[in-house]
Amino acid sequence: MRNARSQIPRYLVLVVLAAVFVVPLVWMVLTSVKSYSAAQQSPPSWLPDPVSTYGYDRLFQPGSQNPVLLWFVNSMAAATLHAALVLVTASTAAYALARMRFAGRRLVFAMIVATLFVPPATLIIPNFLVADTLDWLDTLAVVVVPSAASAFGVFFLRQFFLTLPRELEEAAILDGANQWQVFLRVVLPLSKPALATLTVLSFLSNWNDFLWPIYVLFSADRLTLPAGLGLLQGVYIADYPVIMAGAVLASVPALVLFVLAQRYVIEGVSRSGLKG
Amino acid sequence: MAAPTVAEPTVTEAARVDASPPAARVMHGRATPYLFLLPYLLIFGVFGLLPIALGVWLSLHQWDFQLPNKPFVGLDNYADLFSADSLVYGDWWESVRATATFTVASVPLLVVLPLGMALLLNRSFPGRTFFRAIYFAPYVLGVAVIGLLWRFLLDANLGFVNHLLGLVGLPSDTPWVTATPWAWVSLVGVTVWWTCGFNAVIYLAGLQDIPAELYEAATMDGASTWDKFRNVTLPGLRPVLLFVVTTTILASANMFGQSYLITQGAPGNETRTVVSYIVERGLAQNDAGRAAAMSITLTLMLVVVSVANFRIFRYQED
Repeated sequence: MRNARSQIPRYLVLVVLAAVFVVPLVWMVLTSVKSYSAAQQSPPSWLPDPVSTYGYDRLFQPGSQNPVLLWFVNSMAAATLHAALVLVTASTAAYALARMRFAGRRLVFAMIVATLFVPPATLIIPNFLVADTLDWLDTLAVVVVPSAASAFGVFFLRQFFLTLPRELEEAAILDGANQWQVFLRVVLPLSKPALATLTVLSFLSNWNDFLWPIYVLFSADRLTLPAGLGLLQGVYIADYPVIMAGAVLASVPALVLFVLAQRYVIEGVSRSGLKG
Repeated sequence: MAAPTVAEPTVTEAARVDASPPAARVMHGRATPYLFLLPYLLIFGVFGLLPIALGVWLSLHQWDFQLPNKPFVGLDNYADLFSADSLVYGDWWESVRATATFTVASVPLLVVLPLGMALLLNRSFPGRTFFRAIYFAPYVLGVAVIGLLWRFLLDANLGFVNHLLGLVGLPSDTPWVTATPWAWVSLVGVTVWWTCGFNAVIYLAGLQDIPAELYEAATMDGASTWDKFRNVTLPGLRPVLLFVVTTTILASANMFGQSYLITQGAPGNETRTVVSYIVERGLAQNDAGRAAAMSITLTLMLVVVSVANFRIFRYQED
């Protein structure tokens, strides 16, 4: 460090800014462990006194019309399957576009590029019809599969595959491997960071998806957590410890994943700008 | 990108840079590429391409999910959006006004503030990665979480925001989510809080791509910090800036969850956005034809904005 004292103003700004982002999240956690009456106080008290499990007790109440635990399981299943599906479909497609030569390559690529300019929200009505025709409404498939058609994964991995040294693949071919073996044993192991990035980003985007699930899932036991949270607001209205407990439940997996895989998340976001 | 010009690449380098291998190097059967593409194209075709075609087709029909007949109506659905005596005219334009208001208010903040944050972080100091993670953290949470959280924080009576304002001697009874212009301040403020870390990370990557030599040269020429920002940083960031402006406009124009959860469109339908109105019209009121026409009109409006955007950035380059 050049000069510790000259750094003080910088750290002051950094810390104040950090507080702006962190304090609301801390408030969410603190409220979730307040009793009903403590949360109704005006002006509000900062610290829960006493710490109460009221919010979580009501949230997980057995036999409730809002099976929150089931929503959590549904969301986990949907996000995991979605991430796996994106990984398989995007990596194989990206490899073909990066390394193979075939009729229609430009056309396929151009079509994928073109869909980047269509705002996803505008496809909701026709996609709803397609899902209805397939009899997928109110099933797990409807929140796993349609969004896997995203172009980002294919772009991102294609870009990464293009940076790999071709010699390794050529050597494997000379050793008698076929394309599939080259892809599985040479390309994928070399691409672990990019694959990790795509997996984490796909999981998060599905875990957080809100607009689509609230219109294609109807039954209380089929909802994902974000769709269910939207309902809680209407059920519990000003019963904030319960609502905040629900928000905490949806935040924890996302924040834990972010802390563990921070490098990959930041890397993925950074690249999206540079390649744009 | 404004890559520095280098000497002519050698033949081997050129071969490596080329994305498509020369015919002599093809090492796979004819069907192989299509088999690799098949799983993706299947999903892409059904949920990416088909809905685009279907959307156009829907927009030309009077389409009610519950009615057996779905007659072709030509461009009537589009004409309805522009004729003052139609059923949807008032609501449609009110939603367009809402989305436009939100976009115009949020985009400048989401372009400028994250740039400041990125500049703050664009230096090596202890704790840099930590602060970057903190600023980015809200973005990994979904709109459902931040919607519920801020609906609570902005509550006029029990909310933390009015409490804080009261502590510093400001009015502590602002109706943040039930009256304009406060509802707009809330929606824009929450969105900035939620997503500015995302843009900051993109800027940061762009800043790190600017060669350090350019700054050194400018310093030797006696340039001030402001000169360096204007003449080195901003030109170096142009592609990233274009990306940030374009994606932020698109994201803001597609805003839905914040107003759905925080203001519920209130007061009246003043903060109900275009996307919100489209899904309500199409799915709750069984009017998929007009909803599809609105979707396509919104897409065309955004195409115009994006093209204008590219033009402006290119013009500045000349």
